[in-house]
Amino acid sequence: MARRAKLILQAAAVLVVALLVALLGWKVAEQEEGRGLSAALERGERPHPPPLTFETLDGDETISLADYRGKAVVLNFWASWCQPCKKEAPMLQETWERYRDEGLVVLGIDAQDFRQDARRFVERYELTYPIAYDGNGKSLGRFGNTGFPETWFVGRDGRLVGEHIIGEFDEEQLEENVQAALSTPTR
Amino acid sequence: MRRTALICALLALSLAAAAGASEQKPTLAELERELICPTCQTTLELSNAPIAERMRSFIRARIAAGDTKSEIKAALVEQFGERVLAAPPKKGFNLLAWVLPLAGAALALGLLAFALVRWSRARPEAAEPAAASTNGGPPLDPELERRLDEELARYDG
Repeated sequence: MARRAKLILQAAAVLVVALLVALLGWKVAEQEEGRGLSAALERGERPHPPPLTFETLDGDETISLADYRGKAVVLNFWASWCQPCKKEAPMLQETWERYRDEGLVVLGIDAQDFRQDARRFVERYELTYPIAYDGNGKSLGRFGNTGFPETWFVGRDGRLVGEHIIGEFDEEQLEENVQAALSTPTR
Repeated sequence: MRRTALICALLALSLAAAAGASEQKPTLAELERELICPTCQTTLELSNAPIAERMRSFIRARIAAGDTKSEIKAALVEQFGERVLAAPPKKGFNLLAWVLPLAGAALALGLLAFALVRWSRARPEAAEPAAASTNGGPPLDPELERRLDEELARYDG
């Protein structure tokens, strides 16, 4: 009886440890997925971005990257408290206005921010491009982002293209990557 | 006995009153210890990140408006999700984070008690032969004792 109880306890302990290891593995794999995206782009590969769905800043709809299949997307992660984001916002708005008829979408993802601060930011910079809200910043890890702002470019075929820009971009860098995204084939 | 019970009751009452006061009139310092800065993953009190500063100003405004601690935390959870809380809420899946350590401690105590009981039962049986020793020392091995008797008999003979 005591031997049986001992075996059960040992099995339970092994099970708990196995579960913890699996949990750790899952977390590490998720983080590696994001880090891998940037590295793959640097190697000249064109990986798919994580299939994420966000709620809009107004909270009444959802936005998914899959919604923009066939269009080129500038994916800009920002927050209202981020200083460089304030410089980028007018450039992004201008790019959106200039290329939207050619099939470009600028998608701003406001993360780790107060929703009302983000709304004020949008009003202040008169942004009309779609803005998604990711208050708890879950998407940041999936992309391997480490700060704000960070910008990715998605081609018309739904794959990442160009550079992963960490930090503030300049006009030339933005233009170059927008052209790269617009010139990708639909499929 | 009655005095101890009275002291315990008074202590429990004063702790409950303090917890109630903290809930109704929270301070920035205690909320800073109970909330996490989303960008740096440390408690607010340890962070000087821009979002931490913004969260502090939000908390100050809510305290001034007379919000309770739970209301302030709920408002922040709505913005940043449950990861903004330093301790997980005691409900749903998060309850495991509270229950598992307690269950683990209880299990460890149970196992320790079980082992102690078994050990204390086994000890007198093992110690029984010691009663045979007359000089207070450890009992001799029977084989050694037999050989010793033979040697003594030979010596006497």
